[in-house]
Amino acid sequence: MKKNYMDSNIRIQLDTKPPLRIVIVGHVDHGKSSLVGRLLNDTCSLPEGKVEQIKKACEKRGMPFEWAFVMDALKTERDQGITIDVSQIHFKTLIRDYVLLDAPGHKEFIKNMVTGAASADAAILVVDAKKGVQEQTKRHGYLLNVLGVKQVVVVVNKMDLIDFNQKIFDKVTKDVINYLDSIKVNTDNLKVIPISAKDGININKISEKISWYNQQSTLEALDQFEDRKLKDDLPLRFIVQDIYKFDERRIIAGKVLAGQIKIGDEVLFSPSNKTSRIKTIEIWNKDNINNIGAGYSVGLTLSEQIFVKRGDIVSDIEDSPILTNTFRANIFWLGKNELKVGCKYKLKIHTAEYQIEIEKIEKVLDVESLESAKKNFLGKNDIGEVIIRSRSLMAIDPNERFVIQEEYSIVGGGLVKADDSIIPAKTIKSQNLKKVDHNISLQDREKINNHKSGILWLTGLSSAGKSTLAIALEKLLFEKGMQTYVLDGDNLRHGLCSDLGFSGEDRKENIRRVGEVAHLFADAGFIVIASFISPYKIDREIVRNINADKFHEVYIKADLEACIRRDVKGLYKKARSGEIENFTGISAPYETPSSSDLIIDTGKLSIEQSIELLLEYVKKNFIL
Amino acid sequence: MEHLDYLESESISIFREAFAKFENLGMLWSIGKDSNVMLWLARKAFFGKVPFPALHVDTSYKIPEMIEFRNRVAKEWDLNLIINQNKDALIKGMNFKKGRITCCNALKTQPLKDLIEKYKFDGIFAGIRGDEEGTRAKERIFSPRGNTGEWDVHDQPPEFWGQFNTDFPKGTHVRIHPLLSWTELDIWRYIKRESIPVVNLYFSKNNLRYRSLGCAPCTAPIKSYAKTVDEIIEELQHTNISERSGRAQDKEAEDAFEQLRKNGYM
Repeated sequence: MKKNYMDSNIRIQLDTKPPLRIVIVGHVDHGKSSLVGRLLNDTCSLPEGKVEQIKKACEKRGMPFEWAFVMDALKTERDQGITIDVSQIHFKTLIRDYVLLDAPGHKEFIKNMVTGAASADAAILVVDAKKGVQEQTKRHGYLLNVLGVKQVVVVVNKMDLIDFNQKIFDKVTKDVINYLDSIKVNTDNLKVIPISAKDGININKISEKISWYNQQSTLEALDQFEDRKLKDDLPLRFIVQDIYKFDERRIIAGKVLAGQIKIGDEVLFSPSNKTSRIKTIEIWNKDNINNIGAGYSVGLTLSEQIFVKRGDIVSDIEDSPILTNTFRANIFWLGKNELKVGCKYKLKIHTAEYQIEIEKIEKVLDVESLESAKKNFLGKNDIGEVIIRSRSLMAIDPNERFVIQEEYSIVGGGLVKADDSIIPAKTIKSQNLKKVDHNISLQDREKINNHKSGILWLTGLSSAGKSTLAIALEKLLFEKGMQTYVLDGDNLRHGLCSDLGFSGEDRKENIRRVGEVAHLFADAGFIVIASFISPYKIDREIVRNINADKFHEVYIKADLEACIRRDVKGLYKKARSGEIENFTGISAPYETPSSSDLIIDTGKLSIEQSIELLLEYVKKNFIL
Repeated sequence: MEHLDYLESESISIFREAFAKFENLGMLWSIGKDSNVMLWLARKAFFGKVPFPALHVDTSYKIPEMIEFRNRVAKEWDLNLIINQNKDALIKGMNFKKGRITCCNALKTQPLKDLIEKYKFDGIFAGIRGDEEGTRAKERIFSPRGNTGEWDVHDQPPEFWGQFNTDFPKGTHVRIHPLLSWTELDIWRYIKRESIPVVNLYFSKNNLRYRSLGCAPCTAPIKSYAKTVDEIIEELQHTNISERSGRAQDKEAEDAFEQLRKNGYM
């Protein structure tokens, strides 16, 4: 047996530290896989017989010895001389253990490169000395930054092909640094090393062959990387994976992503906004656990039994995630189908899943020129900045990572941008309020009424038919013995909202008040029929989120011309003459709903037909 | 956080994700050290229970000590043990002499496919590790298999940031690999830390021990004096020989293992 690289005493000490994960990236054919093969050989990390095995495989193909075959284990990879998927292998130096991830450099396999790089603690960016910086060099550099891999070392490979010329090396170095600077990567301490993987120059130690270079070798540079940081000191984030009841305990199973949990802590669950206290921390076969730190998968039991579900996130009451419907994000796209405005996907952040829509594409990045590409969609391998909107409230943190799923596949990933595009949906001004619970539950009320409660929120242009339908429906439901009430925009602006005008701000406040009132009615067991133009999506969402289960958005659809023709209240005439300002459809916008629970096209249907549809909907969704 | 704690936590998290998202799970149990560790981790994840069946694909060529161990542990840990064999092939005399890839396909891959078909499993846990072999190093933790159980290695889905492919079309299944990030040394160190039972074939008898346990005709023991877990750990830290070097089916052709795996092998 060959003598290993290390003394066994030192090794046992180090065995308890996690290995540092290094990904090797760069343009296709710049020599990544060869570098890996060489690194493994030079640290005596190759299993016995491996070199023989490779020799045979190369002879069979009539080619000179190829270090890349160490990692390129798939037959196609060897036949075509190209890495298709990422590979992992372990090696060690005197300082620590490593896991090496060899990522493909071909544009076709970006999704595989991302899979490898996303779990890396550090990276080696390989650049061909002769060919210089190329497309994937830039794309990989950019992706490393987006994926949060902050520790990078650059190696300029194939120095043998340019006779170890310092001038050329300096030019390539300058190009790499310029590019990284332009994408806001910190290049102050960036190490750029001239190497030849094929000839083993500057891999494990400095070679005489490159006399003008006397800093660190590749391996020495790796040894200078920092270890992975602990997350114990960050604010608490515990993700809920599942709720178990295998015995009499109700265990909330999940993982501490950051921070620490102690027995007795009072914690907040988001997005439900409920609080409770930690009763026990459960680990199989271990008793009396008082506290647990970041990274551990454990179970929790609570002192107060509140409704908890998979996807909830637990935090301290102060320093909790932000609740919002919308945020801006940097994303990279991996899917075959294009990402366009209006496209709907599933967003996955830790264990939470949300139905989302792309509201806006603000920037599509051309990785080469770093300018905005003049296109309004993201294609495969594109990178861009978008605004994402969700139907229900999301609990998120700035810089948090998420993936986007289309049908059964993950088609993209990204980071939440830390800026003011995150509009918190709920801020309660007084901290000293404690909610009072009624002695009658909603279920009691619904049982007595024989129907569920809720809000039918009719939205649409003026004269689309909202009020007409609302009043007609109210009468029919009342005659069936249901508890029902209409809240109409015009009516409320005489009382509760008489202090408000029609500016954007005032409309927002109008809808907020109406929304809260509507939910109070729903809480009281009523079927509320709300009839409001409510032109802004975000305002309708805010009302929805007060209690999404109770909210039903009904889009009363009619095109502007038809409404103008009807002009039931004579308002369009006044608006067009300028007598009324800020009138929806004429001098103020109406944001068409994209995901209503029911659409009634009053341009095509008669009043009777429209009422029928509404009644059907009520029957389906409200009758017990 | 110690490295074994990190690996343990990741594996537990993988078990819990699978349990939350899949309807019908099964766990492959080869009676070897890795699948024992995997079983142990399942017990940790679910607080002592193993809420899905343990599947043993019995080629009939396993060393007898393994079968005895299997039956004992299944009883002790209250496992729902399901055993399957390709009886047709065995009656017709299938063995390694007909070609190792042919035999593996018939006696391992086929009965596995049959089990999946019979019980309609949508997720199967397998205890493979990335450091065992080159093609396993390219696997995903949640790895979809097509309608016929095939592995499309050239078009694997991306997997990153702890987000897994847990949604998939009906009629296909997903292989789940909770031990993918573990190394051989990690496995033994964990066995020592937790006192996990393993078949005694791993320990030296007459200066020979098995480093990897396959079927008797295709597994060669190695020369070793390691009689305890501690001694095995010491031995592993000084060796350059790969774990599967005694497994004959890997050597049959340059891409023997890749072919097996594409067809649905573990």
